[in-house]
Amino acid sequence: MTEILETEAAANDRRRAQVRKSLARRNGAETRFKLLGLASVLAAMAFVAVLFGNILMKGVPAFWQYNLDAEVYFDPAVINLPERPVQQAGQSEADFRVEMLGWQRRLALVNWNRLIVAAVDNAGSGVEVDDRAAVSIIDSGARFVLRDMVAADPALIGQTVPVRLLLSADGDNWAKGKLSRDLPDNRQQLTRPARDAIDALIETGAVHPAFAWHIFTNVDSRASPASAGLAGAFMGSFYMMLVVILLAVPIGVASALYLEEFAPKNRVTDLIEVNINNLAAVPSIVFGLLGAAVFINIFHLPLSAPLVGGLVLTLMTLPTIIIATRSALRAVPPSLRQAALGIGASKMQMVFHHVLPVTFPGILTASIIGVAQALGETAPLLLIGMNAFVANIPATPLDQSAALPVQVYLWQGNENRNFFEERTFAAIIVLLGLMILLNALAIWLRTRLERKA
Amino acid sequence: MTSLLIAALVLALMAVAYQQGVSRSKALAGAGRLHSRPQYHGALLALWATLPLLSILFLWLVTSGTLQDWYIAGQIPAEIAPGSSDYAGAAARLRNIASGFGVAGEAQAWETTAGANLARFNTTLLMAAVGLGAILGVAGLVLMRGRLSPRMRARNHVEAAIKALLIFCSVVAILTTLGIVVSLVTETIRFFTFVSPVDFFFGTVWNPGYSTTSNEASGSYGMLPLLLGTVMISVIAMAVALPVGLMSAIWLTQYANPRLRNVIKPVIEVLAGIPTIVYGFFALVTVGPALSGLGDLVGLRVNATSALTAGIVMGIMIIPFISSLSDDIIRQVPRAMRDGSLGLGATKSETIRNVIVPAALPGIVGAILLAVSRAIGETMIVVLAAGNAPILRFNPAEPTSTFTVTIVTALTGDADFASPQSLVAFALGLTLFVITLMLNIGALAIVRKYREQYE
Repeated sequence: MTEILETEAAANDRRRAQVRKSLARRNGAETRFKLLGLASVLAAMAFVAVLFGNILMKGVPAFWQYNLDAEVYFDPAVINLPERPVQQAGQSEADFRVEMLGWQRRLALVNWNRLIVAAVDNAGSGVEVDDRAAVSIIDSGARFVLRDMVAADPALIGQTVPVRLLLSADGDNWAKGKLSRDLPDNRQQLTRPARDAIDALIETGAVHPAFAWHIFTNVDSRASPASAGLAGAFMGSFYMMLVVILLAVPIGVASALYLEEFAPKNRVTDLIEVNINNLAAVPSIVFGLLGAAVFINIFHLPLSAPLVGGLVLTLMTLPTIIIATRSALRAVPPSLRQAALGIGASKMQMVFHHVLPVTFPGILTASIIGVAQALGETAPLLLIGMNAFVANIPATPLDQSAALPVQVYLWQGNENRNFFEERTFAAIIVLLGLMILLNALAIWLRTRLERKA
Repeated sequence: MTSLLIAALVLALMAVAYQQGVSRSKALAGAGRLHSRPQYHGALLALWATLPLLSILFLWLVTSGTLQDWYIAGQIPAEIAPGSSDYAGAAARLRNIASGFGVAGEAQAWETTAGANLARFNTTLLMAAVGLGAILGVAGLVLMRGRLSPRMRARNHVEAAIKALLIFCSVVAILTTLGIVVSLVTETIRFFTFVSPVDFFFGTVWNPGYSTTSNEASGSYGMLPLLLGTVMISVIAMAVALPVGLMSAIWLTQYANPRLRNVIKPVIEVLAGIPTIVYGFFALVTVGPALSGLGDLVGLRVNATSALTAGIVMGIMIIPFISSLSDDIIRQVPRAMRDGSLGLGATKSETIRNVIVPAALPGIVGAILLAVSRAIGETMIVVLAAGNAPILRFNPAEPTSTFTVTIVTALTGDADFASPQSLVAFALGLTLFVITLMLNIGALAIVRKYREQYE
C-alpha cells in the first residue's frame, strides 16, 4: 500500500517537474518570440532613423556655400557697349527683336572674366594666381551675375562695387575640406596657387560660407554647377500638381460619387470596380508607357511639358482618390441619407447637399495624400522626356521643364560627384520637406474640419 | 486677350440665362405650383445657352489648324512646291505676319498681302465660330425660356445632366485601362515584327544591337536575364520585408500597449510615403558602399550596385506595406479563437503561432502577393542601385537588371521611337503589366474570400 502511494507521489513529482521544465521552455519561447517582435519593430524604426539621419547629415551642409566678398571694378576698357536700343515708333516687333539681340550679343561677348580675375587679384590673398586659376576659383555663373548687373544698370560702368561672388564647385569642395589635402597636384581639380589663395582668403575672412539662397531661386545649370538651383524643377512640379488637382480631384470625386451613390449593381459597375482596384496596383512606369505612346506619339503633345506629366500623374492618382473617397462616403451613416430622402429630397440633392459636405474632410485628406504621392513620382516622367536638361523656369504648363524628383535623378548622375552628392541630398530635403508639409496640412485640416463637423 | 474675352462671353451668357430662368420661373410661380425650384429653371436655361456655344468653340479649336493650313496653301504662289522646306518657311513667315509679330527685314509684296489675308481669314473664322455659337446659345435660351412652365420637370433634366457628367468621369478609369492595354499591345505587335516572340520570351541573351543605318533588329532580345534579375531582387526584398513586417505587425497588435502603438505605427508608415527616387539614391550612396565594405570584411566580393543592394533597400520600402496589411488581417481573426486558445493554457506566442497566424494565413498570402507585385513594378531603386547589367547569372552580389530598368533605358536613349530598341520597352511593359495584374487579381480574390470567411 505504502509502496503504491510512494510510486504515485513519485510519479506526481516527476510529472510536476516535467511540467515545470516544459513551462520554463515554453515561457522562454514566449520571451524570445516577444523579443523577436520588438526587434523587428526596432529594426523598422532604425531604418527610418538611418534614412532620415543620412539625408539630413549629408544634405544640410549643401545649403551653405562659400562666397568671396569681392570689390568688382566695372572697367570701361573691358566693357565696351553701345547704348541699349529702344523700340522706335513704326519699327516692327521682329526688327526690334533683331536689334535687341545684337545688343545682347555685344553684352555677352564682353570678357567678364577679366573683371573677375581683377577682383580675385585684389582680394588680398597674398598669393600670386594666374588668370586661369583665378577664374577656376569663382563659379562661372558669376559672369552672368555681373552681366545682368550691367544690363539692369549701365551706369555701373566705371564704378567699383562690392559683390558677393560664389565659389566654384571645385573651390567649394576644397574650402569645405571634402578633398584630401594629401592628394598630389595632378589629382586635384584646382592648381596649387588656387588652393593656397582659397586657404589664405578663408584666413582673412574674405571667403566665408553663406546660406545658398540660389538653390531656391536659380535654375539648373551645367556650366556653373555651384549656382545650380531648383527653381525650374519646382515650377515644373507646381504646374504638374496644378494639373493633378484640377483634373484628378474633380474626376476622382465625381466617379466615386457615381459608383457609391448612383450606380446600379450590375455587371458593368462590377467591371468598373475591379478595374479601379487593379489600376491602383499597376506599376507607375506602365502609366509612363501609356503617356509615351498616347500623349506623345499619337496626340503629339510637347515632350518634357508639365502638362503631359500632369496628365500621366492624374491617371496614376485617380484610383487612389476614387478608392479613398468611396471609403469616406461609405462611412457616412445611412440615417443621414434616409432623413434627407424622407423629407423629400431627390437623390441628387441628398448627395450634394447632405452627404458630400459631411465627407468633405475625408475627401480633402485623400486628395492631398494623392497629390503628395504624385509629387514624388519619378519613373513615368522619365518616359515622357522630363529627364531632359532644361535651364529655364517654365512660364506655362506647355513649356519644357524639369520636376523635383527628376532633378534628383539628374543631379545624382552628374559627373562631379564630390559636389553633387551633397547637392542631391539637398534636393531630396526640399522634396521631402514639401511632402511633409502637404501631409501635415492634410492632418491639420482633417482634425480642424472634423472638430467643426 | 481673345481667349479671356471669349471666356467672359461664355460666363456672361451663362449668367444671363440663369437669371432669365430664375426670374421667368418666379413669374410663373403665380400661375400655379412649380414642380422645380427657380434655381433649377435657371440652371436648365444656362445649360441650354452655354452647351451649344461651348461645342462650337470646341469644334473650332479642333479644326482651325487644318483650315488655316488649307487657306495658306491657297495663298502661297505655285512656284514654291508644297512639302519643301521653302514652303514650310513661307508658311511660318505668313503666320508671323498675320499674328502681327512681323518678319525681320523687308517682307515681299505678296507676303504682306497674303499675311493680311490670312489675318482676315483667321479673324473671320473665329468671329464666325463665336457668332454661330452665340446665336445657337441665344436660340437655345429663347426656345427653352418659352417652354418653361410650372409643371416642367426642370430639376430632373438638370439632375440627368449632372448624372451624365458623373458617369463620364467614372468611365475615365475604364478608358485608362483600355488605353494602357491597347497602346501596349499595338506597340508590342509592332515589336514582334522585328523580333520573334519565341526569341523574346525564351532568349537567354540580352544584347540589343544599335544599328545606325536601318531600323532592323540586330543583336538579341532575350528577356530571361531581366526576368531573373527581377525575380532575384523581389525575393531578396521579400526576405527583408516579410519577417520584419510580419513580426512588427504581430508585436504591434498583440504585445504593444495602445499608446506606444499609436506612436510607432505612423513612424513605420513614414517609410511608405518616401519617394522611391530617395530610396534609390540612399541605396546608391550609402547602402551599396556599406554592403561592399561589409563584404570585404568577411572576404566576399560584393559589388556596390548589385541585386543585393537594390533588394535590401526595396525590402525596407515594402516593410510598412506588409505590416499595415498584416495588421488589418490579424485584427480580423475572431476574438473567440484567440480566447479559446489562451483559455486552454497556451501561451501568447503559442496562440499566435498555432492559431492566429494559420487562421490569417490566406490573408497574409494575399498581402505577400500584393507586395511582390509592387516589388516587381518598382523602378527608381533598381535604376539607381541594381547596376544595369542584363546578364544571366545567379550571384546576388553582382550587378543585374530588371524589366523596369530596361524600359527606362530603352525609352530615354536616342533611339527612334519606331525602332525595335525603343519598342521593346512596350513588350517588356506588357509582360510586366500581365504579371502584376495576375498577382493582384489573385491577391484580391484571396483577401476577399478570407474576409467573407470571418464576416
